Amino acid sequence: MATGQLFSKQTQALFYNYKQLPIQRMLDFDFLCGRETPSVAGIINPGSEGFQKLFFGQEEIAIPVHSTQVLMIPNVLIEAACSAHPTADVFINFASFRSAAASSMSALRQPTIRVVAIIAEGVPELDTKQLIAFARANNKVVIGPATVGGIQAGAFKIGDTAGTIDNIIQCKLYRAGSVGFVSKSGGMSNELYNTIARVTDGIYEGIAIGGDVFPGSTLSDHVLRFNNIPQVKMMVVLGELGGKDEYSLVEALKEGKVHKPVVAWVSGTCARLFKSEVQFGHAVRAKSGGELESAQAKNQALKDAGAVVPTSYEALEGAIKETFQKLVWREDLRHQRDHAPQIPEDLNFAIKSGKVRAPTHIISTISDDRGEEPCYAGIPMSTIVEKGYGVGDVISLLWFKRSLPRYCTHFIEICIMLCADHGPCVSGAHNTIVTARAGKDLVSSLVSGLLTIGPRFGGAIDDAARYFKEAYDKNLTPYEFVEGMKKRGIRVPGIGHRIKRGDNRDKRVELLQEYARTHFPSVKYMEYAVEVEKYTLTKANNLVLNVDGAIGSLFLDLLAGSGMFSKPEIDDIVEIGYLNGLFVLARSIGLIGHTFDQKRLKQPLYRHPWEDVLYTK
Amino acid sequence: MARKKIREYDSKKLLKAHLKRLAGIDLQICSAQVTEATEFTELANAEPWLSSSRLVVKPDMLFGKRGKSGLVALNKDLSEVAEFVKQRLGKEVEMGGCKAPITTFIVEPFVPHEKEFYLSIVSERLGCTISFSECGGIEIEENWDKVKTVFLPTEKPMTIEACAPLIATLPLEIRGKIGDFIKGVFDVFQDLDFTFLEMNPFTLVNGEPYPLDMRGELDDTAAFKNFKKWDAIEFPLPFGRVLSPTESFIHRLDEKTSASLKFTVLNAKGRIWTMVAGGGASVIYADTVGDLGYAAELGNYAEYSGAPNEEEVLQYARVVLDCATADPDGRKRALLIGGGIANFTDVAATFNGIIRALREKEAKIKEARMHIYVRRGGPNYKTGLAKMRVLGEELGVPLEVYGPEATMTGICKEAIDCVMSAA
Repeated sequence: MATGQLFSKQTQALFYNYKQLPIQRMLDFDFLCGRETPSVAGIINPGSEGFQKLFFGQEEIAIPVHSTQVLMIPNVLIEAACSAHPTADVFINFASFRSAAASSMSALRQPTIRVVAIIAEGVPELDTKQLIAFARANNKVVIGPATVGGIQAGAFKIGDTAGTIDNIIQCKLYRAGSVGFVSKSGGMSNELYNTIARVTDGIYEGIAIGGDVFPGSTLSDHVLRFNNIPQVKMMVVLGELGGKDEYSLVEALKEGKVHKPVVAWVSGTCARLFKSEVQFGHAVRAKSGGELESAQAKNQALKDAGAVVPTSYEALEGAIKETFQKLVWREDLRHQRDHAPQIPEDLNFAIKSGKVRAPTHIISTISDDRGEEPCYAGIPMSTIVEKGYGVGDVISLLWFKRSLPRYCTHFIEICIMLCADHGPCVSGAHNTIVTARAGKDLVSSLVSGLLTIGPRFGGAIDDAARYFKEAYDKNLTPYEFVEGMKKRGIRVPGIGHRIKRGDNRDKRVELLQEYARTHFPSVKYMEYAVEVEKYTLTKANNLVLNVDGAIGSLFLDLLAGSGMFSKPEIDDIVEIGYLNGLFVLARSIGLIGHTFDQKRLKQPLYRHPWEDVLYTK
Repeated sequence: MARKKIREYDSKKLLKAHLKRLAGIDLQICSAQVTEATEFTELANAEPWLSSSRLVVKPDMLFGKRGKSGLVALNKDLSEVAEFVKQRLGKEVEMGGCKAPITTFIVEPFVPHEKEFYLSIVSERLGCTISFSECGGIEIEENWDKVKTVFLPTEKPMTIEACAPLIATLPLEIRGKIGDFIKGVFDVFQDLDFTFLEMNPFTLVNGEPYPLDMRGELDDTAAFKNFKKWDAIEFPLPFGRVLSPTESFIHRLDEKTSASLKFTVLNAKGRIWTMVAGGGASVIYADTVGDLGYAAELGNYAEYSGAPNEEEVLQYARVVLDCATADPDGRKRALLIGGGIANFTDVAATFNGIIRALREKEAKIKEARMHIYVRRGGPNYKTGLAKMRVLGEELGVPLEVYGPEATMTGICKEAIDCVMSAA
């Protein structure tokens, strides 16, 4: 254990396991104290590397993050980080209770590291004992585990210690006072910084040793250290029932090792109210440890050894005040700088407290992942699974933001099944196959196929729906519609097939029509399309209603007949091009299949044969 | 949460299994556990020695001095053991001021013996203290001057040399055996994250060490390392600590979350109730009510910390409020929603859960004439306190709110003054 000052205004730390907020709070504190260098030299974060952007006052700075995929072993990583930052002598360990002991031991082994602070609660006792033994043998200091850390006012602060900037200013922690403070409890240390600031010139240094049975450093360790720091004029100790640590302080006081006034209070006088052992919040139990470890016994022993011990916690503030006022030298303290620079407020915090507002940049209405479980259009995932919803239901939620009746969602599913694939020769599949054979990954192969979808390939569903709707809504006869289109120089979308004929209909169209006739309340658009087909077949035998036309017209029937969409909504759906979405989604299934197929077959790079190209001028 | 006592049955089971693994010592001990659920015929089938040996039976409830209290039956057959258990199962006994029913027994072969040795290992900050005596047994405390002790620092390995001072005076023919045994037990102690272990006594049967009575404590924070070795071990509550339904509800909630949620009813008819954030602060609030002379009126000890989420706080606060408002008697009561100045806990966020619970329980709060006192500081405390103030007005419940400008425990006196005032 070091014998004096642990920190200074130049102290720098390595921060293990990146946590944005505590680091930012350290840097804000630095700025408040007028430090020239940030107190965090580097961050060690297994699994990510590069730089982390953080604020130092108004400006952003980049703090190096140490980690590589190869050096995932914390040991090696810590060694590398320490040699990269030889001036950093404090190691702030935010690792979980599972890994905190191992990483702390690695840090203690580094010659550059003098102080290790362990935040995690629940580090096994045996592991902490190893750390204590190593630290003692090597003259190093362990603060924690299960602590918030500590602070040297105006110089250096560990992690979340002392809370918000407002509180730091309130407790005058941005400049040195003359009280050395040590406690078990991190929460209470912040409370006491406030109390001490009210009745003295504030703290010089405050340490929370942590609530574990065996803290890395003890109350008396720090009191003895404070005793050697000239700027510390008096000490305040907040102990707790359980354990014997206070007795080593009692011994030190009795042996005359402490030359400055010590105000002490051991909490837990209430333990006598409990009939059996009760676990308190910290790792102590009412009733265990016997009389010697009770708050009353420890308070008495401290008092007998010469510490100022008030009659209750309530009286502690008064005792601190009285002790401070008895100190003769305090007149020299009047020139203390008692104002701190302004720290710009964080946007998130300012928004939360209602001081500022900021516009959002994205708006989303279909899903929400913020709660216990994701929701699609307000329907939680558990409902979707428990009620046995299908892909059609999910599409209706995410695309149409409503639950459509089962006959509609089933229709959507049929459309997807029918359009999932159409053999290897169509342009989408062909592109995908060529790309997959060029050794490209799944996503590249898939999108190269999808990119062919457009006005000539697969993109006719929307147009079919648009024109059929327009014609039907205007009450055009099939004759007027088809001839009108001809005059405008537009081929009627949804009509015509390369292979199918009037006497050899597309089976898919028949299936869709049969389903709709059975389940849809109305099929007026489809009937209209059939009338159009009747007319076009009189012009040529291949001008049959194709699958695009069938889906397009039937989707109009779905929208209009379900009674769940207003007229403007239907217009919007047709206008935006929802229906091509069905094709894109469906065909992705097939394109992914083709990609896997080619990869499974280990097909080599495709090269189109010369013979198949007409070379001409 | 740190050191937990385990049953004698489990201590012996762990010792037997791991002494064999780590030190190659095969203890010839047998033990069986008997509870309300035990079917003696089934047990006898599983543990044939029960029918073939004379037996010892005693409660296995984490309390000692069983022999002195007449709770041990020696040299019985299985039917006599069954009868002994039947007469005592579920019966309340008083031990060290705690009254509770006996629910668990341990049954073992009756081993007539002369020699009684004592062995204990205690984990301390800088190492372990190992104590040994040739004069173990019931009179150990009277013979404490005969106990030999060595302190083994953490950094030193356990060797035969290290425990030599303990066994130096033993007759040569048993010295090696006992030395190896102590070393082996120590290895088990370390490997399994024991924090305390005591055998009082152990004896020698056919020259081999044989623990007759054993106590153990494990460090439950090491559970993640010992998942396999401990094998679904049970951590029973301390003797006499019988959880009420509300307490066990919070206990289960506490076990499920990474946060800390504690709740103990001290006096169901108390008129001052607490719900305090922080391990340190919660104890100080209870202290203060006691220091002011009103310990008898303190309803409970309650602590929440480690950033529980809103839902957890809500469930927790509901229970505290239910207990605090139970059986209104027309007299005033007070609830202290206290806490220090938080380092990083978002005060407004944790208050949201409490506010929801207060709203739900509005009628009960009014019926119990509950006065509420709030004191808290820390991140976002202004928003949190403002919400509380608004709530007080909205519900029409007397509710005082203080921030870091006030002392932490000032509301204790206010609460006492309030419940003690006549009106």
